[in-house]
Amino acid sequence: MMRLLGMAALTALMVCATGASAQVTDWIPDSRSGGKLLLTGGVSTIEGSGGGGLATWALTTGYGTMDGVGANVHATWIDLPDYEFRSAGAAVGLWDRVELSYARQEFDTGATGALLGLGSGFTFGQDVYGVKVRLVGDAVYDQDTWVPQIAVGLQHKVNDQGAIVAAVGGQDDEGTDVYVAATKLFLAESLLVNGTLRWTEANQTGLLGFGGDAEGDPSLQFEGSVGWLVSPNLVIGAEYRTKPDNLSFAAESDWMDVYAAWALNKTVSVTAAWVDLGSIATFEDQRGLYLSLQAGF
Amino acid sequence: MTISTLAAFALSVFLQDPTHRPGEEPVDPYVVTDSNAGATPFADDALYQAFGGADGVAFIVDDMLERSVEDPRIAGIFAATDMVRLRRTLKEQFCYLLGGGCAYTGRSMADAHDEIGLQPADFGALVEHLQAAMTAQGVPFHIQNRFLAKLAPMRRDTVTRWN
Repeated sequence: MMRLLGMAALTALMVCATGASAQVTDWIPDSRSGGKLLLTGGVSTIEGSGGGGLATWALTTGYGTMDGVGANVHATWIDLPDYEFRSAGAAVGLWDRVELSYARQEFDTGATGALLGLGSGFTFGQDVYGVKVRLVGDAVYDQDTWVPQIAVGLQHKVNDQGAIVAAVGGQDDEGTDVYVAATKLFLAESLLVNGTLRWTEANQTGLLGFGGDAEGDPSLQFEGSVGWLVSPNLVIGAEYRTKPDNLSFAAESDWMDVYAAWALNKTVSVTAAWVDLGSIATFEDQRGLYLSLQAGF
Repeated sequence: MTISTLAAFALSVFLQDPTHRPGEEPVDPYVVTDSNAGATPFADDALYQAFGGADGVAFIVDDMLERSVEDPRIAGIFAATDMVRLRRTLKEQFCYLLGGGCAYTGRSMADAHDEIGLQPADFGALVEHLQAAMTAQGVPFHIQNRFLAKLAPMRRDTVTRWN
């Protein structure tokens, strides 16, 4: 039912998106929308920022370029053997300089919740507030230099299951990730490359809290992505994301995925991926299908 | 030297003068050099052939401009543009950059765009029309990208209103 409602809401938003872009550019003086090329704003990550699927990139979300604004909404599902992950959110890109994002994440333990002693259907929830600022470079247009587009960002995360987080050994139910991302499109090779360094203490991106009984301090983690431009509206690629391992009750795995991002047009895109999230809360081999819809301008 | 040879000489100079070609509006004098094309050409003519040679380049430039003047986002830019000269210099520039062996006789990118007031979104729209024109000519997507990689840095010199 959640999914159907999400789909219906998203469809309505898709229809509104074009009109919304006209409205917004009326409100904001001297702003235009749609100046970027297809898919060059990235797609929405699980944490709401512009990027790939699991990894945040340096691209500013949306289709506004330096003379304009862009915005989008997204809904993402990951169907895992023992869990289900859901995320929905919104993001705006301002003058290809600043990105503001919000994502609401839910990690549904389903029947596994009973086995974990949390109760069937127990769901971890988290709000992720993000800001990203592009420092230098243009990933798409600076084709005569090796300098990538570089952005820095914050993701402030608030988990709403503080009692359970504490019970499993987490130190805190709030935390802030700090990252620097570098993205470069090697256009002559039709190849996109991204590397991100993230300073984080989040357990399973924060869904199991922040810091732990095994390791209490933040650590430096890496996110790497490659993408190959198959056609103007299709990118396929792979991602790898390292993660901390702070909790003693369960080992935490690095994440990886292979993905395809398909832009129907400048309003709607669909990202499908096969993700390997490894071990989550003692349940091994969490591999499954990732599906994300994005609508915006 | 007879009057007629003098006239023929004057006419040939006139026809060659890139600042004042017949059918084009005169432009202020400038130094004619291939480096005005804004990028170095490909080493061989493989891309030029993939673009369909002179006929292919002519089709792509004409098709791109046709799409551009019909695009309400950017049509206004072309209202005050000498389209005869623009078609000629763009065909020269594409041929030169693609390794087709043409000389580029147009102005530098900064010089040719300094009074137009282009914004980044205008440049993006033009790229979209170029992509469509190249696709219509049958240029494969990954070969299109090799050419676009040459043109992309020109945004720095052609765009003058960044926000």
